[in-house]
Formats: sequence, C-alpha cells, structure tokens
Amino acid sequence: MSDTPNVVTGDLEAPTTEAPEELRDTASESAAARREIHDMWVAGTEEPAWMRSYTDEGAQEMLEADQDPAVDLHRGTVVEDDFIFEEPADDDELQILNMGPQHPSTHGVLRLHLELDGETIRRVKPIIGYLHTGMEKTAETLTYMQGSTNVTRMDYLSPMHMELAFSLAVESLLGVEIPERGQAIRVLLTELNRVSSHLVWAATQGTDLGAVSMLIYGLRDREYILEFFEKTTGLRMNHNFIRPGGVAADLPDGWEEDVERIIEKVSQGVAEYEELLNGNPIFQDRTIGVGVITPEECKALGASGPIARASGINWDIRKAFPYSGIDKYDFEVPTGKHGDVWDRYQVRIAEIWQSLGIVKQVLEKMPPGDYRTPDRKVTPPPRKRIDESMEALIHHFKLFTSGFKVPVGETYRAVESPRGELGMYIVSDGRERPWRMHARTPSFNHVQALPTMMTDSLVADIVATIASCDPVLGDVDR
Amino acid sequence: MTMLERLAAAFPGVEFEQVLDPPQDVAHVPAEAYVDFVVAAKTAGFDFFIDLCGVDYLRRNPRFEVVVNLLCLDPAARLRIRVGVAAPDPTLPTITGVFPGANFYERETFDLFGILFSGHPDLTRLVLPDDWEGHPLRKDYSVGSVPVRFKGSPKAT
Repeated sequence: MSDTPNVVTGDLEAPTTEAPEELRDTASESAAARREIHDMWVAGTEEPAWMRSYTDEGAQEMLEADQDPAVDLHRGTVVEDDFIFEEPADDDELQILNMGPQHPSTHGVLRLHLELDGETIRRVKPIIGYLHTGMEKTAETLTYMQGSTNVTRMDYLSPMHMELAFSLAVESLLGVEIPERGQAIRVLLTELNRVSSHLVWAATQGTDLGAVSMLIYGLRDREYILEFFEKTTGLRMNHNFIRPGGVAADLPDGWEEDVERIIEKVSQGVAEYEELLNGNPIFQDRTIGVGVITPEECKALGASGPIARASGINWDIRKAFPYSGIDKYDFEVPTGKHGDVWDRYQVRIAEIWQSLGIVKQVLEKMPPGDYRTPDRKVTPPPRKRIDESMEALIHHFKLFTSGFKVPVGETYRAVESPRGELGMYIVSDGRERPWRMHARTPSFNHVQALPTMMTDSLVADIVATIASCDPVLGDVDR
Repeated sequence: MTMLERLAAAFPGVEFEQVLDPPQDVAHVPAEAYVDFVVAAKTAGFDFFIDLCGVDYLRRNPRFEVVVNLLCLDPAARLRIRVGVAAPDPTLPTITGVFPGANFYERETFDLFGILFSGHPDLTRLVLPDDWEGHPLRKDYSVGSVPVRFKGSPKAT
C-alpha cells in the first residue's frame, strides 16, 4: 500500500472489491479499527482498493457480522424448501384469519378461512356461496329460447362462452347445423371475449401485485372490445347474442374496421404490458415459484385451462374437440413448465396473442351467407315475412312465448372458456324447458384447488395466487 | 383392445352407450360397482376429473342419478358415468378418495339434492346457508315457495 497516493489526482483506478491482504482478517481488532477509520473518514478518497466497508451505507452487501440465517432466508439467498419447517406449530398456536368475502383482492365474494403459523399458511378453506342465486333451478323454468339470457349471467367476464356452451348443448340435442357464417361470427365473438376477459385478468393481477397502473391499461384496452360488443349485440355484458340456432343478428356494417382497430389497439397495449411486467423484478419476485400446482394435481382436482397448461399439460378443447369450426383456424396452444403464477401469466399473455391471431383470420375469411340455421323449428321467420303473413306472425309469437321442443336425451358439451373447461350438461324430457341444466364451470374447480396451491406458502402470496386463478365468483356460485 | 373394451370386460353389469355429437361414451353403472368402476376408469386412462352432478328424475325408479364426467387426455375421450340412486334415503359412497376434485361437487350435490355421500370428509352445505331447509334442485321443491310478506310485515328497526 506504500504506493497509494495520499491525494487524489487525475483518474482513479477502477475500484476492486478485494480488500488488502491485511484487512481480510476480520477477526483482528486492529484491522477492524483501521477499516472503521477508513470508512468514516477517508472512504473513496485515499484508498480506492478498500471497498469492503465497515458501514453498509451504499454497499450492496451486508457485513458478515450482520448475516444471520433469518436474514438469509428473508433475502432468498438460502431457500429452505419452500418454507416447510421441520416442526409445525400445534393447532392451538395457529392463528385463524378470515379473508373476505369483502376483501377486494378476492375478486368478488370469495371467503378464505386461513390458519396461519406466523406468516405461513398452514390450512386454507375456501368458503363460497355468497353469490349463489340458484341459476340451475331458474334454468328449469325458462325455455331454451330464454335459457341463454340466464347462463350469460353466470360468468360475467366471458358471457359469450357461456352462451356458446349452452347453445352447443341444445343444438346437439336438436341435431341442428349452424351455417358457416354463424359459426365464424361465434368464433369471432368468443375469441374477442377471451381477449377482453384476459385483459381484466391482466388488470387485476397487476393491481394485486402492486402494478396499479395495469388496472387502468387493462380496462382501457378492454373498452375497445366492449364498445364493439355493444355495437354488435346492444349490450356491454350479458349479451344473449349467441342463441340456440345461430346468433341473434348479423354483424353491424363496418365491423371490419372496428375489429382492425381492436387488433391494433390491443396489440399495442399487450406489448406495453409485457414491457412493463416481464422484466420487473418486483413482479418476478412475487410470481416465480409462487402458487405451484403440478399436472397430476390439476388432473385430480379438475383444474383446466391456463392453469393446467401452465403446469405443462398440452390440452385445449378447441384442439381436442373442435366446435364452431374453430379447427379451420390456425393457432397454437401455449404451455408452461412450472405451474406457478409466472407461467400462468406467460400462458395467458400468449393466449391473447393467439386469440388476436384467430380474430385476424376470421376477418380475412368471413364467409357470406346466413347467420342462423334455416330450420324454422328454432329460427323465427324473417322480419319481412311477419309484415306479410299472419302465419309467420303466429310462428314468431309462438316461438318466443312457448319456445321450441327439444327431443328427449341428455348431453354434455364443453367449450374452452378463458378460465378453462366450461361445460353444459342438459337433460331434456322432450318439452320446451330443460329438465335439468348443470353448468360445469372452471372457476369452481380452481377455487377448490386454491388450498393445494397455497398451503405452506406466505400470506403475501395469497393475492398473487387468487389473481392467477382468475376466478369469477358468479361462475363459482351460480 | 381399447380402454372401454377393457372396462366393459371387467364390469359385466355396466351398460355402455355412445353419444355421437360430440363423441362421448356413457356408462350406466349400478350403485354397488360405482367406486370400483371409477377407480378402474382412472387406471384405464380417464384420469382427468371434470364434473359430478345430480339429476332428479322424480317419477323414475331409482329417482336420483349422479353423473360423473371424466376425461382422458391422450387419446382425447370423454366418459360419462351415470349412477342411479334410490329415493327415500339417497346414499352413494364418495369418490373423493379417487379424485379429490369431487369434494366440492359432492358437497354441492348434497346441498342441492340431498344425496348423501358416505365417507365424505366434510359433507356440509356448500352454496346455501347452513340452516336452509330442503334441497332446492329436487323437483318437488318449487320455485317461489317461500312466501314474501309485504303488508303488515314487521318493520325493520
């Protein structure tokens, strides 16, 4: 150290983190004293090689004396097997905490009964039913014509998929074929609906993890889709547009420009989200390795859709059991590997891109023709005929008051909703109302899978895990 | 020999039928063979639990039916298991030991149909309040049977 200058002149040598030989001896008191003098009085001016500090101000690393195991655990340098400790606390030491049903991060009225050991969750019990309105019972009193007004209110973020599943089930009992244009309109609307639902997910997931601006961005971009839905169906939600027999009306004039605008705006927005979140260390810390579920657990619990795909199951009902001619379009099924919140985020963002791709293809090859089946048993006569013909008027009136009869039978039809497998089980006794209608809704299974994802994780991971499941409580409770 | 043929050979009392649109197989299983059949179906490849629900056929014997939907990922196939449950005291063994995902569905079916699942770890009402009377999805439980009083009802204080 003899050649170290006393006064700084000109360029300094690039500092190294290596302390001089004699100062590495942390045990020696004289060395510690010299380092203290160095840090307190002369740091950075005299001996640039002495970067190992006595104080930790400005330093990126802590002193060894300050490093204790708990700090290491907290900083994540030592991973203690996903916070599973050897000796769990006794039951009477566990703290019981109710989360919800009014908690904003539970995405509705989900209530979680938590048993906490300090910051660690030992047991979770989801309690549901706060939004139960008996829609399956209501469905038994409504005709098939009215049925889609009922089901569309279950999953209010993807009403098109609910209507589609119901209509497909009724149509397969009826044996009705939908013309190509009707199918293409259905694909267009459901894929747009998938995008809008995923945008709400992106918004809420971002907010729950601290990226509050995501809420504004997500809802802003969803608005373009809702405007188009409003123009097409007359309503922003609960459209009752996809009905047994086709769709309620043709697309409005100029729909191509609207859809092009949606594709442009949403693509811009999603690219922004990826820029905002992908490299964000806070977002990564709170999502990677959190809320893990394995493929086997997914199968046993019936967790489908993005959750199953994020855990590595390559499964999409659109590929396996194609409906509405979705197999004519070219798209991929994004999958993850680890089944954590981060992979679910990646899968859903990739799904937005895939859905936009499908929408683009529909735009290019929208076939001409009728948008509903010509079968007069389920389709009312054209508006013009009603002006001319008494029979047509009676036909129209009868169809909308007493509905149409569906042959005896039972069927299960499933579609790939933004949340996963959305199935409709309909039992018909040959009359115009279903004998039994059961909706197999994806969120119901995902809420049930929450304990598997959450047990032995930290309290802070609850909101991340719930948000990544994207539950819609209207869908859970029905 | 396909999965279904193996299942049919192992369970002679089970009737199979096929629904074409969409392609899915339906198995009518007697209540005694129910759990064994579900276990066999899971081993045969139908290992994705999809759905469990009840149906009330009212005038049919047996009155209730429990319908379980299973899925096989590769090759893609669906299997629907229909089990009849006799009326006065509808009871069926639970399948939560085979598929833990059946837990909520069995609770829901108990809640809305009053079908008991013996051996279920926590058979309580799921969507309705605990003190609710009756099982609303039964066909003899009518809509609007709870009278709403307007005139002369006690005033909220």
